[in-house]
Amino acid sequence: MLLKKKIEIKSLQGLHARPASLFVKIANQFESDITVCKDSESVNGKSIMGLLTLAANRGSTLEIQISGEDALQAMKALEEFLTAEELR
Amino acid sequence: MKIFKGIAASPGIAFGKVHLVDSEEIAIPKISIKESSIPKEITRFQEALTKTRAEILAIRDKISREIGQEHGDIFNAHLMVIEDRALIEEVMEKIKKEKLTSEYVFSHVLKRYVQSFLKIDDEYLRERVSDINDVGRRILRNLVGANKTSLGDLPEKMIIVAYDLSPSDTAVMHRKNVIGFATDIGGRTSHTAIMAKSLEIPAVVGLQMITGQVKEGDVMIVDGLEGVAIVNPTPGELQKYKQLQTRHHEFSRGLKKFKDLPCVTLDGRRIELAANIELPEETASVLSHGADGIGLYRTEFLYMNRQGLPDEEEQYQAYKKVVMEMTPKPVIARTFDLGGDKFLSHLEMPHEMNPFLGWRAIRFCLASPEIFKVQLRAILRASAHGKLRIMYPMISGVGELCQANKLLEEARNELRARKIHFDEKMEVGAMIEIPSAALTCDILATEVDFFSIGTNDLIQYALAVDRINEKIAYLYEPSQPAILRLLKTIIETGHSKKIWVGICGEMAGDPLLTPVLVGLGLDEISTSPVMIPEIKKIIRQMDYEEAKEIAQYVLTLRTGAEIMTYLKQKYLSILKEASPKNKP
Repeated sequence: MLLKKKIEIKSLQGLHARPASLFVKIANQFESDITVCKDSESVNGKSIMGLLTLAANRGSTLEIQISGEDALQAMKALEEFLTAEELR
Repeated sequence: MKIFKGIAASPGIAFGKVHLVDSEEIAIPKISIKESSIPKEITRFQEALTKTRAEILAIRDKISREIGQEHGDIFNAHLMVIEDRALIEEVMEKIKKEKLTSEYVFSHVLKRYVQSFLKIDDEYLRERVSDINDVGRRILRNLVGANKTSLGDLPEKMIIVAYDLSPSDTAVMHRKNVIGFATDIGGRTSHTAIMAKSLEIPAVVGLQMITGQVKEGDVMIVDGLEGVAIVNPTPGELQKYKQLQTRHHEFSRGLKKFKDLPCVTLDGRRIELAANIELPEETASVLSHGADGIGLYRTEFLYMNRQGLPDEEEQYQAYKKVVMEMTPKPVIARTFDLGGDKFLSHLEMPHEMNPFLGWRAIRFCLASPEIFKVQLRAILRASAHGKLRIMYPMISGVGELCQANKLLEEARNELRARKIHFDEKMEVGAMIEIPSAALTCDILATEVDFFSIGTNDLIQYALAVDRINEKIAYLYEPSQPAILRLLKTIIETGHSKKIWVGICGEMAGDPLLTPVLVGLGLDEISTSPVMIPEIKKIIRQMDYEEAKEIAQYVLTLRTGAEIMTYLKQKYLSILKEASPKNKP
């Protein structure tokens, strides 16, 4: 199963180190392959280094692509995290 | 000018330019590997990651405890770097595809990440590059391991500033150009401190964050008397320390007057005052300080930082050199004490959670009798050239002692078969450094000719204190009543079994404790060469009978601190009585 979803980063600080590391932690709980794209770049969503190089600031839009058996659950968890009021 | 307070580890004052061991770029040559070595190379990479992970966890926990959770969290980011799947997988893929060493592949992949971070238009993220580099350097250091030779070629006389110095660092060090040490961690008995004392290099350890506060080439004063390091001192401060240094040199020279005098108390009790060494080259310093012999020759240093094991002939030559230079004075060769904080560079020692409680010293030797017997034969052969004694480390019970003696007898027989001479009466001793050995030394005494108390480990094991962890350094107390009671037991038992008893830990070099050690009845005291004149001076100025009273009295006190306070007062009065003004 391949899922795709565009999500805008609304939190003030963007996807900085701390939130990015939480994102990676969540992503790593799932079996599915997770790719995060911004503009023309795409990185492994389970890699903190990759995610940070995207430099997703406030207002940028990320496309999350997930393929695998638990893709649905993974997408739900990551979307919930990214759209939360304040990224911790 | 910035002043840092640490632990005074080796006396003296030094000033000069800083050589920062940590900041150093690790040079990584491009080396191809064979197809068949790929799995091994990948394992090596994974092991380096595991080791690095453990290091970072330890730092994180320490910082969280000491400074606060938020600060510790920074290291979670470090952890994520080494757990990063994309990074790890890319490195492993490239090792397989390009057939290059893991350190080369890793450093290149890391460099690429760093470059893409540097391009990010965000100051906060750009700053994370230092985190990535920090983690990267740690991993590389663990990959490159003992092969680094940085301290081997310093351009001029310099002060070494490092997180910590391992025995493999100091073993390759270029002696002439190293004039001082300042390290982040460590205590009085850490390897850096012991080495510095034996080389007579001023050292301050346990400076916490010194490596983060200095740059290569900064000027630094190391005050190993007070335990202070001063970075970029004012001209006035530097002048003050130059004078202090001159005064200290005069003081040391004054002590050397005692060099040729016998080590005997006023009422005639003779103590054998010996020195501890690691390398054959140190015998010159042992003799110039007026030691009666060598009470601890740490032979394992012959085994470190080299490619192959030294063969019997090479070992024999090394031991022979020491014995012949010291003759007719006695030398105690301690068989290898490897493991703990000392590792063979070429033998694969498994990673252990508790290396000091693990597979080391006599345990390792008894499990590798072929390696051990090479050393035993070499020591036996060297015994033909002077007065050599042999001593086994880390004995925990009589079983090990019997096994070791059996191997020694086999070695003797092998030499007899080869018609090679050795001292048939060479004395054999056991190092008493494990509480179980101390408590059963009446049994051990039947198998040996002497005991030497290794207090560094005895204190660590008896008080359950990791001697490298500065958080609990305050618990590491040689004067703790438990330790003094153990010493009393060992000495009295040894004497009742008609064998002599010595001491060879750092405790032996503390002048305040000298009256107690003498009073407890030790026959031999072995310490760093540099401490010998001072200890000898004290022994020559006291009465054995009075020392016995002092020892008896301190054994009635309740804490190590009470004992030290009492000894400080006593020390002053001993010195006063002995000063020329009061003695006709």
